[in-house]
Amino acid sequence: MTRVVHPRTFGSDLNMTAFIQYTVQGLAAGGFYALAALGLAIIFGALGVVNFAHGSAYMLGAVLSAVLLTTLNVHFWAALVIVPLLMFAFGILIERLLVRWLLRLDVLYNFLLTFGLSLVLVDVVKNLYGVSGLPYEQPAGLQGLIHVGGVTLPKYQLFVFVFSVLVCVIVWVLLTRTRAGMIVRAATEDPDRARALGINVSRWITPVFGFGIAVAALSGVLAAPFRAITATMGTNFVIILFAIVVIGGLGSILGAVVAGFLVGLVEAYGQAYAGTFAQIAIFILMVIVILVRPAGLFGRRDAA
Amino acid sequence: MLDIAGLSASYGEAHVLNDVSLTVKPGEVVTLVGRNGAGKTTLLRAVMGLHRDIEGSISFAGRRIERLSPNARARAGIGWVPDDRGIYASLTVAENLTLPPVVHESAWSTEKIYEAFPVLALRRSSMGTQLSGGEQQMLAIARVLRMGSRLLLLDEPSEGLAPVIVQRIAEIIREITTHDIAVLLIEQNVKFATTVADRHYLLAQGRIVETLDNASFQAREPELLKHLGI
Repeated sequence: MTRVVHPRTFGSDLNMTAFIQYTVQGLAAGGFYALAALGLAIIFGALGVVNFAHGSAYMLGAVLSAVLLTTLNVHFWAALVIVPLLMFAFGILIERLLVRWLLRLDVLYNFLLTFGLSLVLVDVVKNLYGVSGLPYEQPAGLQGLIHVGGVTLPKYQLFVFVFSVLVCVIVWVLLTRTRAGMIVRAATEDPDRARALGINVSRWITPVFGFGIAVAALSGVLAAPFRAITATMGTNFVIILFAIVVIGGLGSILGAVVAGFLVGLVEAYGQAYAGTFAQIAIFILMVIVILVRPAGLFGRRDAA
Repeated sequence: MLDIAGLSASYGEAHVLNDVSLTVKPGEVVTLVGRNGAGKTTLLRAVMGLHRDIEGSISFAGRRIERLSPNARARAGIGWVPDDRGIYASLTVAENLTLPPVVHESAWSTEKIYEAFPVLALRRSSMGTQLSGGEQQMLAIARVLRMGSRLLLLDEPSEGLAPVIVQRIAEIIREITTHDIAVLLIEQNVKFATTVADRHYLLAQGRIVETLDNASFQAREPELLKHLGI
């Protein structure tokens, strides 16, 4: 699924330069995962909704970037702002029209709803834009390679890593330093208790859902110049996201981010050193984490 | 202040409370006494609005509340200290304190809280989970005092606390009740219950079997304890 540039040098695979290149590639992939998993974890925590349509939000982020570029000449940098805003509105609409009505029922209902929604979104995009990938150029200034201390690295991968870390830090600051963030953390940890303390949790649910969708879409915008933009690009992606959320610890936002980067690295090293086992490596990691720490890396034991 | 009439509660098929009626007046401390499983915690959760499968009426400050959401009840002036303390692990002590809104002018300021509970002042930047059980209990009580709740629902507030802290909590309960705050208390510690309470409701198998003032409770204490198995 990744257009991997194999900077494999002749001679030993343990070559340090190659290792650093794989690491950067893994951290870039981890950036996509971390952002999207962050949104998934926030939505799961605050609403108790396992949002199967999260992969579609990522896909729509990439597709919208490509469509905006070809139709309205909206460039990458503008898309980084516009697409998440559009998808925030889309998320609010979905929450208001659909998700909200099923919140009182068993979690399975919203799981099925969002699963169905993802099927619809994938087919709508297939119908409109076909199954072959949409074109997207790497933005000017981020093309090509950069030489850092004797190692040659793709500029765009470095950018994705730095940018996604930056977004994670901003979200972290919002969560830990603002009153809104404090309420979201409380509602994520235990919504009933927050209600009993006079917090109107329902009022926070809609924007939180929109926010979770918006970060997934942001991850999609970042992926647009880097991965094949197709209707189904979110289908495998969401499965890996679920693995990430389980590895990080259900309901843990920090866990989702750390596990996102970890899985990106495991995937890149897997592709480099274990070939076809790369995808399995992620799930082996998940199995090991579940066996050793059933609640995930950052999960609380009672949440398991 | 709190009037419950004909309250029944169930979990699916299982009836936990049967036709319970009780009142708590302003400034009064009332305990619910009974074995584990008698329905005490369910009663507090029903008053808070967290247990919705109920029949009967619950009035607070003259207004029917059984259809209100938990957050509307909290804002109306009901404060809950759950049996698990309900401290947020991902919030600091200071954040746990200031998370809920202030609902009444009688609310304690954070300065007053830190004066009354110096240990919380020392640990204000610690995360909720880093507190000991006793510290969590103090924080849970401090939190409803800072909200300015008019009716406190305390679920075993003395459990697992050092005697000196239990005594401090008893003093605080006596102090706040002079300001017309009412307390509905679940308590296994009979010594603590008889120190602070005005009246006691004995609950068995979801029904109120007896109502006693504090003097008659103390007079019959050995017999009641045996009967209740606590």
